[in-house]
Amino acid sequence: MMAAQRMTIAKALNAALRKAMEADPKVLVQGEDVGKLGGVFRITEHLQKDFGEDRVMDTPLAESGIMGTAIGLALRGYRPVVEIQFDGFVYPAFDQIVSQLAKLHSRSRGAIKLPVVVRIPMGGGIGAVEHHSESNEAYFAHTLGLKVVFCSNPTDAYWMLQQAIASDDPIIFYEPKRRYHEKGEVDLDVPPTLDLFSARVVREGSDVTLACYGPMVKTCLDAAAVAAEEGRSLEVIDLRSVSPLDMPTLEASVRKTGRLVVVHEASGYVGMGAEIAARVTESCFYSLEAPVIRVTGWNAPYPPSKIEELFLPDLDRVLDGVDRALAH
Amino acid sequence: MPVSDNDVADVSREPVAVDHHESTLRSRRRGPYDGGPDMIQLLDPEGQRVLHGGAEEYAHHVDALTPEDLRGFYRDLVLVRRFDLEATALQRQGELGLWVSLLGQEASQIGCGRALRPQDHAFPGYREHGIAWCRGLDPMRLIAMYRGVDRCAWDPAEFGFHTYTIVIGNQALLGTGYAMGVQRDGAVGTGDPERDTAVVAFMGDGATAQGDINEAFVFAGVNDSPIVFFCQNNQWAISEPNERQMRSPIYKRADGFGFPGLRVDGNDVLATYAVTKEMMDRARSGQGPSLIEAWTYRMAAHTTSDDPTKYRFSADVELWKLRDPIARFKTWLAHEGHADGAFFKAVDAEADELAARVRTATVEMPDPGMDEIFDHVYVEPHAQVEQDRAALRAYLDSFEDEGVA
Ligand SMILES: Cc1ncc(C[n+]2csc(CCOP(=O)(O)OP(=O)(O)O)c2C)c(N)n1
Ligand SMILES: [Mg+2]
Repeated sequence: MMAAQRMTIAKALNAALRKAMEADPKVLVQGEDVGKLGGVFRITEHLQKDFGEDRVMDTPLAESGIMGTAIGLALRGYRPVVEIQFDGFVYPAFDQIVSQLAKLHSRSRGAIKLPVVVRIPMGGGIGAVEHHSESNEAYFAHTLGLKVVFCSNPTDAYWMLQQAIASDDPIIFYEPKRRYHEKGEVDLDVPPTLDLFSARVVREGSDVTLACYGPMVKTCLDAAAVAAEEGRSLEVIDLRSVSPLDMPTLEASVRKTGRLVVVHEASGYVGMGAEIAARVTESCFYSLEAPVIRVTGWNAPYPPSKIEELFLPDLDRVLDGVDRALAH
Repeated sequence: MPVSDNDVADVSREPVAVDHHESTLRSRRRGPYDGGPDMIQLLDPEGQRVLHGGAEEYAHHVDALTPEDLRGFYRDLVLVRRFDLEATALQRQGELGLWVSLLGQEASQIGCGRALRPQDHAFPGYREHGIAWCRGLDPMRLIAMYRGVDRCAWDPAEFGFHTYTIVIGNQALLGTGYAMGVQRDGAVGTGDPERDTAVVAFMGDGATAQGDINEAFVFAGVNDSPIVFFCQNNQWAISEPNERQMRSPIYKRADGFGFPGLRVDGNDVLATYAVTKEMMDRARSGQGPSLIEAWTYRMAAHTTSDDPTKYRFSADVELWKLRDPIARFKTWLAHEGHADGAFFKAVDAEADELAARVRTATVEMPDPGMDEIFDHVYVEPHAQVEQDRAALRAYLDSFEDEGVA
């Protein structure tokens, strides 16, 4: 028995992969530089040494190839966990993800199951060059047949990744790369009661609901702490899954507070906030005291890193969104 | 004397034996050193003129160079290396977000870059600082990108040099399409050296695995397009050696796509120049595409974010130090009497000046303003982009009103 341990999100993901590989010999890991190097973020560190090159594969530099062969391996009964090195490099694999991974189950009327996990380090805030800071969840959430989840803390990193690997549906698993080194207590023995696709109320409040996921959860919690000093009570919901969406948890909160601010790094235009706002408006219209507010990356490509702080929602912009919700 | 095959100590990367066709490693075992018998070399690591791998066919391009041209190559090599080292130092000191070093690959790039004509067009990856230099781009433009100030803010048409491309392989198809345009403009095979145009597209060894690269080969082959694919095989794609990307040497792959492929000593500036000149001339004259594999080595980490001690032996790096592209060229230039001590000293002084200028200009480089986010997203204004521009401006102004910002 291992007691609760303090670890980073990165270490928790590594531990989750290790545990899943120990539990099921069909679990494989493949991607660029995941072997000897342990991945550019070291998420797969030491796994090749311990599980061998057949189970932890340094692939050729070709994302469509990585994705297509992962699907083939799944057809043969394996459970591949694919690492895409950075968010902006998933696009060569887009065709395989959208045309095959998402659709083979329905095309075959359920005969084919593809338990494939696609891990993507996502988001900005690390001072990187172009293509290394993207939030592309809306493309995948828009593709029915895929499920899309985000971890935001070490405990979720540890358990959600194992739940994703155990799921028989294909899952896009986003990791907030700028939070990789944030630490938290992880109880490695007690499985969570929450299933993979449920949202979690991470801070209770009564004035405004903040809905967020991935790297923005910490931003929203920080904002809620500052708001509390100013006498405002914010409820923070970590959505954890953006496809499917846990609407009951969100609706219960909005019925209580009457106000909703959705926060994400991706541009607002046709982003997750739009889907959430539409749904909440449909289901909670008479509880809403104000229109649903979105605080998001601006409607533009991700900028050069020197001004990324202007692009990304931060504590002040979240509080500004709260002000706008309360102005009604 | 070439480094003997026995010096290639690292056999631990040997792949599962592939009997039916030649593996990259196997070709390594046959001299002049591990680039195999087909590797074109005009200057060996000791600075001796040699004719390896069929170099006879290309040597005339070097014979046509004047001592001044040759001194120019040397100056290029030294200045580009010095610039690169300075940029690495600036990154270490927090002035750049990232730097991607070309250390060890100078001869591949200067030889290639000096074989281009003004009307030609180059499609680089992200490590082609030597090509940028030859195309007349101010190195500060590269610094700006890696500092996080812009995303490659030069006009490719002005320099015949496309923006850097980070997504591996994309640029090869862009280059092929551009070359198809050159054909449609009738700018090949006219015999007019000021008009006939060729394209060169760059890639790494790892990149050859990408679909885009292979599709570019197909399109260029089918269309007989005037393009040279220039692959710098620096032996590594981050942590993955050639054996993880291919089972047959890169240059041999061209044959299957229907055009010639050559391997050249990428640390021999005379050979990279001569071979590129020949293949660019060939493309300009309407004889179609080719693939050049420059056999070289990435002497530094993949980028300043990388730690190569995790995956490669320092003995390998030591071995490649003996094949340094600049040292051998300097030896030869001095031996031939093309350059003297005063010249070498002057180049060093110029390198110091360049480094100082780059340092000052970097430290003084201003951050962009908020409009950098919204400018040039479209040619014509887009309502929602402009709405956000106004929203951000109002938001920032609200701090000024409070006297915060
Ligand atoms: C499509 C894509 N996938 C992954 C990456 C991340 N990445 C950047 S450089 C690199 C290795 C490239 O190796 P190689 O082609 O040999 O070029 P080199 O860096 O050695 O010059 C990788 C995997 C990327 N930039 N683009
Ligand atoms: Mg390489």
